[in-house]
Order: sequence, then structure tokens, then C-alpha cells
Amino acid sequence: MKKLFPTLGSGLMVFVMLLLTACGGSTSTTTGTGTPSSSGSNLNIVFLPKAINNPYFDTAASGGTEASKALKGSFKQVGPSTASASDQVTWINTLTTQHVNAIVVSANDPNALAPALKQAMAQGIKVVSYDSDVEPDARQVFINQANSEDIGRSEVQILGKELNYTGQIAILSAASTATNQNTWIDFMKNELSLPQYKNMQLVKTVYGNDDDQTSFNDTLSLMQAYPNLKGIISPTTVGIAAAARAIESVNKGGKVALTGLGTPNQMRKYVLDGTVQQFALWNPADLGYLAYYAAAALIQGKITGQTGQTFSAGKLGTKTIGANGVVLLGPPTVFSKTNIGQFNF
Amino acid sequence: MKQLRKLLSSWSWEALLVVLLLLTLVLGNSLSPYFFTPFNFSLMVESFMEIAIMALSMTLIIIAGEIDLSVASTLGLASVMMGITWNAGIPLWLDIIIALATGGVAGLFNGLLVTRLGLPSLVVTLGTLALYRGLAYVILGSQAVSNFPAAYSNFGIGDVPGTLIPWTLVMFVILALLCIVLLHRSWIGRQIYAIGNNKEAARFAGIRVNRIKLWLFVLSGVLAALAGIVFTARISSARADNAVGFELFVITVVLLGGVNIFGGQGSLVGVILALFVVGGLRNALGLANVSGDVQNIVVGMLLIFSVLGPNVVQRIRTVISRRRLASGSSKRV
Amino acid sequence: MTTTSKQVNGASIPPPRSGYRLVVFVSRVRELGLLAVLLLLVIIVGVQVPQFFTLSNMVQILLSVSILAIVAIGETLVVLTRNVDLSVGSIVGFSAFVAANLFKQHPGANLLFGILLGCILGLMLGMLNGLIVSWGRVPAIVATLGTLYVFRGLDFLYAGGNQVSASDVPDSFLSLATVPLLGIPLLIWFAALLALIFGYWLHASRTGRQLYAIGSNPEAARLVGIRSDLLVFGAFAISGVLSGFAGVLWGARFATVDATAASGLELQVVAAVVVGGVNIFGGSGRMLGAMLGAIVLATIDNSLSFLRVSQFWLQAIDGAAILIAVTLDALITRWVQRLLITRRQR
Repeated sequence: MKKLFPTLGSGLMVFVMLLLTACGGSTSTTTGTGTPSSSGSNLNIVFLPKAINNPYFDTAASGGTEASKALKGSFKQVGPSTASASDQVTWINTLTTQHVNAIVVSANDPNALAPALKQAMAQGIKVVSYDSDVEPDARQVFINQANSEDIGRSEVQILGKELNYTGQIAILSAASTATNQNTWIDFMKNELSLPQYKNMQLVKTVYGNDDDQTSFNDTLSLMQAYPNLKGIISPTTVGIAAAARAIESVNKGGKVALTGLGTPNQMRKYVLDGTVQQFALWNPADLGYLAYYAAAALIQGKITGQTGQTFSAGKLGTKTIGANGVVLLGPPTVFSKTNIGQFNF
Repeated sequence: MKQLRKLLSSWSWEALLVVLLLLTLVLGNSLSPYFFTPFNFSLMVESFMEIAIMALSMTLIIIAGEIDLSVASTLGLASVMMGITWNAGIPLWLDIIIALATGGVAGLFNGLLVTRLGLPSLVVTLGTLALYRGLAYVILGSQAVSNFPAAYSNFGIGDVPGTLIPWTLVMFVILALLCIVLLHRSWIGRQIYAIGNNKEAARFAGIRVNRIKLWLFVLSGVLAALAGIVFTARISSARADNAVGFELFVITVVLLGGVNIFGGQGSLVGVILALFVVGGLRNALGLANVSGDVQNIVVGMLLIFSVLGPNVVQRIRTVISRRRLASGSSKRV
Repeated sequence: MTTTSKQVNGASIPPPRSGYRLVVFVSRVRELGLLAVLLLLVIIVGVQVPQFFTLSNMVQILLSVSILAIVAIGETLVVLTRNVDLSVGSIVGFSAFVAANLFKQHPGANLLFGILLGCILGLMLGMLNGLIVSWGRVPAIVATLGTLYVFRGLDFLYAGGNQVSASDVPDSFLSLATVPLLGIPLLIWFAALLALIFGYWLHASRTGRQLYAIGSNPEAARLVGIRSDLLVFGAFAISGVLSGFAGVLWGARFATVDATAASGLELQVVAAVVVGGVNIFGGSGRMLGAMLGAIVLATIDNSLSFLRVSQFWLQAIDGAAILIAVTLDALITRWVQRLLITRRQR
């Protein structure tokens, strides 16, 4: 019959593929675990940020590159073009198949990445999370840029002082499931419940998904829906940049206060013209640098992620692992007109 | 000679796909030493099972002369239903049934608008693409439900014990066999081809065109919901934005598989081959650290050439035969 | 107005003398219907939330829809010929990045040069679409689905993961979108002028009517001697140029551009065109309708934020709008046909 050949041919192909997957099963113990191969050195560390076209993560990558040179390891950054959790899963699987030595990841969703990361760890790959954590049992170490409580509370404190502790405020966040965002927002709400903020009211939290256009439109919508809005907190570098532009585009610079987490380069224009008075951040390059050192220490067996262990982090000194495998980078820096000229990232 | 040529042209598309598949395997092997390993094949196959499931029903729908752009949104909606029912404490097996039923209702809505009101399926499913995805967002917001039981996530990401064959592949093979029997070996299948070839003639021949189309849309919805159940298990997370944009891949795979966009022609075997070609290509490129968006250049070009190629070949043939005729009938073979 | 254009724009069957006025009225109903919906919306929301009803908010709505409207002009031309262009989002995004990047690397570059660059890029991409569809005889949905992927991928290759942010580009570029002319931002003027020019051309010129003919009955159009291939190619080319121009404006308005800019725009454009009454199978519909369709959808979106309805309802409402629009279309057409048949029987 006419259809016989292709049916047989394709059936054969599928059968062969299944056979391959089947016979791999018996040898899975040897090919599965065991030393992951490397590309030259055995410090094949790959960064997987929330999205790759994000200047914040690019700066972190520069820190990672610096660390790789100091440790004579290799550095690479891959990732999705939009902050999508399932795309990150695909990348984790790719890296697992490539048998890299360590994955350094900032999660769009703490749970969605867990099964794939656990599979990676089962293959002997070390997992370090940075910036935004995953489920604690899906990684060995988490590099937290600053104490989450400090970040959350200081945001509200900065805005509160600017607004004289009165008025409606809103939050422009990133992805709604982003771990770091939600931790900070929880602390923000907690700070707002303190008595000195009784005249301030959090009217809305919107999610810009770290997408510039979405964040821009979200800010416009916020100002339309709440004409008496006095302030916005945007703890994401993409969000705060878009919000600043949006506020300026409707000529409300100075009438709606804006603060959050931003890079000096993106914020310079708005700080100098008064749209933003103060904002905070840490040095993302240091974050990447520390993450790389932590990953290297894990690969070399110097640490296993237990509380109390210490490792050397090059120019950042010695770092101790805290509770739950968390390592702190340090306190956040506050930028304003007076000091913004000194930074270039 | 004529017999051989007829034989060649009738299965040339599937043969071309087999060649493409072989080329993909060769390419993959040359791009990365990890490509041709059972572990990689296992992960690779697992990653496109949702698209595979949706491609089965999409094939039937396109052969019948319609199209369903809302499949990925139905997938998202079903995923969200899994999430909220699980959160409400409803046992897992019932959650699955509810999710499948949601898909069925979604497909039914599509089908009714197309068959009862006579609306073009392109526009209807464009609307429901937005509507269903929107409903998913309204129901679950931007939260995610992830505390599913281990058995469920194991189904999505795990393999048959002792092998590297993913559970979801087993499920897909069963579904594919059923669909192949339905389309290629049953009278319903022949009716579907008839409808796609000439709707009016089919109606006059006594085929219940609207009834069959309606059921095809329901099937599309149910299989999309099934894909949603698989997706949710695989990333162990019910989210409203699961599988955004997948409908384009599903359609690409179906068209690359040799199914004519205008209906009436195509086979599931071709679609399954195309599935492995596209999946294999993307996996191979991914291992070479090519980003997803650049991978899509290859996918897009494959799609275009899948139709452009035969058209160009046809034109060249016409030109050659015209020249041959014009240059004199004495050249008759 | 001439009789011919009415018959082409109107019902699909040639109207008898007695039903003529009825059909004319029905074909206009769409635009009137959209205007009515718009007015209703504005009044209902405006009564509840006074800020909605201000001039500055109206300007905001028009601003937010201008870029979409420009792309919709090109899409209308393509859809009228019984085709569709799904690659517009990728063209807009590509053009946006190329333009923004140009001004980042060469801040002193002439503004006009940047605009021209975007338009030429759009033109080339549009012509590629046209070639594949008319010469290659590839169905438009397949062809533009493929080029949607290819163009976006090329954008990524070109951008290489980089991003252009507002502080990188000169203010003169950014002002393209915001500078007010007689109180109304330049962007809105661009959209309005282009809509008027193309709308008039479509209506009054022979080539315009030929586009309708191709969409109504491609075979007949070919037999009558209309150069379908050339015209379809032209429609795609124009769609490309307009998308390219819209891309430059995108870069000016949003200022932070990377390779993901304008993803998903094609769906919004097709929605606007469909809601605006342009038949997805070609042959009927007006530019005014498409513009109104875009404005109605944008007004709905805008009103949601004033009504403090969660933004999550946005997509669901857009989808419902498409479904309602097409359903009403089908029901009205059926009603008209039934009416005409009973009239004929009298």
C-alpha cells in the first residue's frame, strides 16, 4: 500500500528512539551520577537570571566574570528573553544535559523550577540561587543581596519621610510569583502597619512582570485609577525606570513620589530632575561575584551549604552561611542627588 | 515508470520528513556530544509532549477545514482549574476530571459558534484565545498553586521505572495510536477528509458535517485540557500564564507534517514525524546555547519552506513541461 | 458618493432596487454601532468616575492607541484582500530596536534618517512577506506565521541581548511621541493623518476598489484583469512600511527597547480590525471602522483602570469583544438576507 513505507519508516524511527531511551535506563546509574564533565577547567559555572536582556543581571554577570577570572574558571550566562518560569525550566534541563558543574539561578517562580533543579542536583550539579530564591531543598546556597527585612522596611521608610507620612501609595512589582518581590512586599506591609504610618494607605499592588511596556502602562493606570496617589514603590529596576518615565510623561514629576530599587545609570536623569529623590540598591556586580565564589566553593567541596560553614569570597572577604543556607551580601546603599555621580552601573 | 513516480509523489512528504529527522539527528550530534544520549532524548521528548497532544486534535481539525487557535489558552484554563480545585481540597482524580470537563466546555463553545452561527473558526478561536486566557487570569490571578502531591509531579517529570521512557510519552503513544485509528482506519476519519475536501458535497452525501465539526472542537478542548494537566505536572505549578504562545508551535508542527491548511489532506504520521523534527532541532540548538528566539528562526523557515518548497517545485515542473510542449510534439517520449 | 463603492462595500449579494437603501444603511451600521458603543462607554464610565471624562484622558487614550492604529491601517489593506499579516508585531519590534539603537550609537543622527531607516526595514520585511504570499503562493496565515518567528529571531540576533534605555537616547527622539502640535501630541497627528490618507485612497481610487474586488472573489478579479499578485504584494509592502514607521514611534514613546518589544501586537491589531467590521475573509470593511475598532478596544482598556477593575480582566474583555462583534455581524447579515428574500418574494 502507498502508506506502507512511510508508516514503517516512521514507526521504525520512533521505535529506535524509544529503544534508546529504554536501554539508557539500565545504565542510568553510571551515566547519571558521577563527576560532571567540564570544558577545560572543572569550574564550569553558568548563570541563569530571570531574563537575559536586563541591565541589572548584566551587571551581576560582570561580577561573575570577574570572579571567574580570579578563580580561573569559566563563566557563561543563558536565559529566557522574558521573565518566564517555564522557559527557565527548559534552560535548566539544557544545562543538566550539558553536565555543567554549577547553575546559579534567580527564580521567576520558587516552586516551578524545583523539580528541574532537583533533577540537576541528582546529576551532581551544584545549585546556587541569587537575587530571588527557590524552594530551599532545590538549591544548596542562596545569596541574598541584603537582609530582606531591611530592604522592605527601608523602602517604606524612604517614601514615608518624603511624603511626610501621609497619603495613598501603591507598589509596582515584577512577576507576581517572584520570591524576592513577595518577601519584600510582606515586610513593606508589615512596616506600614506600624503606628507612624497610620495616615498612609497602600491602595494597590500591580505586577509589571519586569517588562518595560507593561510596567509603563501599569503606572499610567495606577495614576488614572487613583488620582490622589502620592507615592509609588517599585522594588525592581525595570519597574522603577518605566514608572519614572510614565510619571514624567503625564507631567506628574514631583507630585507623585517614586522610590524603589534601581540602577544609578537608569535613574540618574530622574534623580537630577527631581522625579525621584532617593532610591536604594546594592551593587549587583558584587552579588554576581559572591554567587560565583559560592558556586566554586561548592564544586570544590569546601562547603556543602550547612549553616555555619565559611568560605573565602575573594575581595569580599570571608562569608558565613546563615540559617537555611542563606548568605548575605551586605546592607543596601541609598542613592540620591549627592552621591549618584560616583557610580557607573 | 509512471507507477513508481505516482508512488514517489504520494509518500514523498513523509519521506522528506524522515530525511529531515535524520539530518536533525546528525546536526544534533555534531553540535553537542550530549545530544545523542538517552538522558537527553528522555528530557527532549518530555519537553514537547504537551504540544504533541494538542497536535493530534489540531490535525483532525485542520483536515476538516477549520482551525483552533485557542488550544494554548484552554491549556492554561485547565491548569488553573487544577490549581483551584486542588487548593479547595478536592481529591486529585476529581480535579483531573473537572479540568478535562472545562476543556470540553471550552471546545463546545468554540464548536457551537462555528457550527450553529456559521462564524469563521479563525476569528472565533482568536476571540476565545483571548477570552479563555483572560478567564484563567481572572480565576487564579497571578498566583501559582504548587503544592501538588509527589505522585502527580512524578507523572509529569518522571520515567517508567527502570527505563528513561517518560510517563507522558507512554500516554501520548496510546493517544496517538487511538487518533491514527480514528483518522486513518475508521469511517469517521474518511468523513473528516470528505468534509475538508468539499464541505457542501459532503453534506449532500449525507455526512453530518456540523455534528462532526462540533465533536472535533470538543475533542480539541479536551486534549488541550489534558495537555494542561501534563504541563502542570511537569513544572509542578498551576499558573495562568502556562504555555502562552504554544498554539503557534502546534500549528507549525501540524503544517510541517504535511497537513494542508485548507483542509482535506494530510496524515498523523507526518505530524508525528514533524513533531520529532521540530523538537529535535530545538533541543539540538538549545544544547549549542542558541537562545529560544533564535531557534525560532529555523522553525519559522521550516514552516515557510514546507509550503513554499512544493510550490516552487510545482512551478518549475510546469515551466519545464510547458517548454517541452512548446518545443514540439515530436519530442514525445 | 458613487453607487459602485456602495455595492462593493455592502452586502455580499447584489441588492435589488427596493432593498438598496436598507443595505446601504446596514453597511453603515457597523461604524455607527461602534460610535454608539463608544459614546455609551464614555458616558457610563464618565458618570461614575469624572476623571475619565477629561480632555487629558481622551488624549491619553488616543496616545495609547495611535501606534496600534498605524499598524492597523496596513493590516486592513492586507485583510481586505483575503489575507492576514501576523508578522506585524515582529516588524514593529525590529524597527523599534533598530531605530532606538541608531540614536543610542549616534546621538547626533538626523531624526528623519532614523525614521527612514525604520520605514525601509519595514518595507523590506513587508516585501518579503508579499513575495512569499503572492509569488510563492503560500497561504498568508502560514507565511506570516513563519515570518513572525523569523523576523523576531533576526531581531534577537541583531540586538544580542542588549537594551536601549531612555537615558541612552537624545530627547529629540523621545519628543517624536510627545511634542504637542496645537495641544495634541504629534503621535496622534501621525496616526490621524495616515488613517485619513489611506482611508480616502481606499475609498476613492481605482486601486482601492480593486483591493476589495480581490478579497470578494479572487478568481473573478483575476479574470477581469486585476493584477492580483501585484496588488497583494503591494498591500504587504505597505503593511511593512507602516509597521516600520510605527516601530520608530514605539521606540520614541516607550524609550526602553529590547528585542522583545511589541510581542503579541499582531493579535491586538487583528482584534481591532475585526471589531472594526473588516471581514476576515476580505472584500468588505472600511478604514474608519478599523480605526474605531482600535479606539473602542483602547477605551475599554482605559476605562478598566478607572473603574478599578483588575487588569486581569483586560484580555478576557478583549476576547469577548471580538466574539460579540463577529456574532452580531453574522446575526445581522442573516437578518438582512432574510429580509431581502422576503421582500423579493413580495
